[in-house]
Amino acid sequence: MSVLAIEGLRKSYKGHLSITHREVIRGLDLVIESGEVFGLLGQNGAGKTTTIKMILSLIFPDAGTIRIFGEPSTSVEVRARVGFLPENPFFYEYLTGHEFLDFYGRLFGFPRAERERRSKAMLERVGMTERAGMPLRKYSKGMLQRIGMAQALINDPEFVILDEPMSGLDPIGRREFRDIILDLKARGKTVFFSSHILSDAEAICDRVGILKDGRIATCGRLADLLTPSVKSWEVTFSGPAFAALQLNGFGGKLLSARGEESLVQVTDEGDLARLIDSIRAQKGRLIAVSGHRDTLEDLYLREVAR
Amino acid sequence: MKVLAIALNTFREAIRDRILYLLLVFAVLLIGASRVLSMLTVGSEEKIVKDIGLAAISLFGTATAVFVGVGLVFKEIEKRTIYTLVSKPIVRSQFILGKYLGLVIVLAVNVSVMTAFLYGLLLVKGWADASMAGAVFLTFVELLLVTAIAILFSSFSTPILSSLFTVTVYVIGHLSWGLQMLAERAEGALGRGLCHALYWVLPNLERLNVRGMVVHGTPVPAEQLLLGAVYGVSYTVIVLALAMMLFRKRDFL
Repeated sequence: MSVLAIEGLRKSYKGHLSITHREVIRGLDLVIESGEVFGLLGQNGAGKTTTIKMILSLIFPDAGTIRIFGEPSTSVEVRARVGFLPENPFFYEYLTGHEFLDFYGRLFGFPRAERERRSKAMLERVGMTERAGMPLRKYSKGMLQRIGMAQALINDPEFVILDEPMSGLDPIGRREFRDIILDLKARGKTVFFSSHILSDAEAICDRVGILKDGRIATCGRLADLLTPSVKSWEVTFSGPAFAALQLNGFGGKLLSARGEESLVQVTDEGDLARLIDSIRAQKGRLIAVSGHRDTLEDLYLREVAR
Repeated sequence: MKVLAIALNTFREAIRDRILYLLLVFAVLLIGASRVLSMLTVGSEEKIVKDIGLAAISLFGTATAVFVGVGLVFKEIEKRTIYTLVSKPIVRSQFILGKYLGLVIVLAVNVSVMTAFLYGLLLVKGWADASMAGAVFLTFVELLLVTAIAILFSSFSTPILSSLFTVTVYVIGHLSWGLQMLAERAEGALGRGLCHALYWVLPNLERLNVRGMVVHGTPVPAEQLLLGAVYGVSYTVIVLALAMMLFRKRDFL
């Protein structure tokens, strides 16, 4: 059974005085299987947060169905098995980190000892044990994101939904969040997250979906979506001018030229060999040759531009 | 358990919010002022202390109910704290009930402190009597209803509009008798109908006001207290149910 199944989802927002309305989601279909890490990608305003809010019944779709573990997403029982971290989370700033987690523990109906145990473990997991007694109003953005992750995981959820979890984190924080997500996957949990930071998505996702015009434009395993072979090469060299080299007849493209140094891109293996021969023949110095594979960024840019 | 968790969190928020302490200080100051005022008049000192004291309890209680009440739900949506709350295994009516109960606890503490202060004042003078408790009790029932009304409006409107609506209902509720009189004197059928409709829909808050009787030493029958309580609580339940209904399908943008 799939963890999440969305069919024909539609949502529009009303404008001023309810006269105009803008359709944000236009027939979205999506299935997420158990144990996978799924990345929902899309530009700002593409409808990523709207989709997530509908999954969690924070807003209601105009049409379509959402099922979590086979149950309607509006079911209260289902939400006991789900964890959620919203984008740029705002929390009760008058609570301390410990009180905050205790409060969420109560919403799951955990008895006191259980809440204590879980809060302590969560604080440790997100590296906030030492700040547990501090009110949230004194937390930095990164610290709020961490305590937010702790509340999302307090019920040891089977399905974790994270809206832009990496935004506002420094490089160390991002690495730690990545590790937490990979650890969730290792423990058999299903993770659904939205992001526009493609390098993070590429590092941790099994599958991605690109949201465009209110629908999933492309969806699949990264390995299937990205061609594994080298697509082009970038050659850095100094000495002879690019124009002089081109006389030898290869189809390269000058990407940049700074002083003596040039950066050229070629897409054909034969061209690469001819370029290197030319540089050597004209007593130039070869500085670097790097192969360029298809990245998620390439795929994303292609899809968004289409 | 879940409702209680939300209620206690709401209570904690109010307690850590300095505005509430300020209200309490004002109430204490006002009750103190009634003593000063009574010194300036001859004879009816006891009535003045009781009158101003009871009015202060009602006024500050109502101010808390309205101005904290209208922000309860709105703040959760505005600050987006509701996202993590409603996505937990709770139903929305539990959220409304929790927020409501939280403020009721705040009001209970608030009214208790003010009443204790007033009783202390009267005790020193030797004017303390049990009938005061009846007036405070019905004032508290009125606060239960006013809080529910504030929450009802705030479940679909902004705090400014909600406070305006709530205060309007409060004022009309105390002038309910006037509506019936107005209906009799109104010329058009539409005006008469409107006055009658308002009279039947809006609560008659004067049924919960026995402060005048207590101040003048008129005994308040137990049935009147009981009927008042039943009236106020029934109205509260209906208003809360309406708030829950409106909140059930609301989008949190």
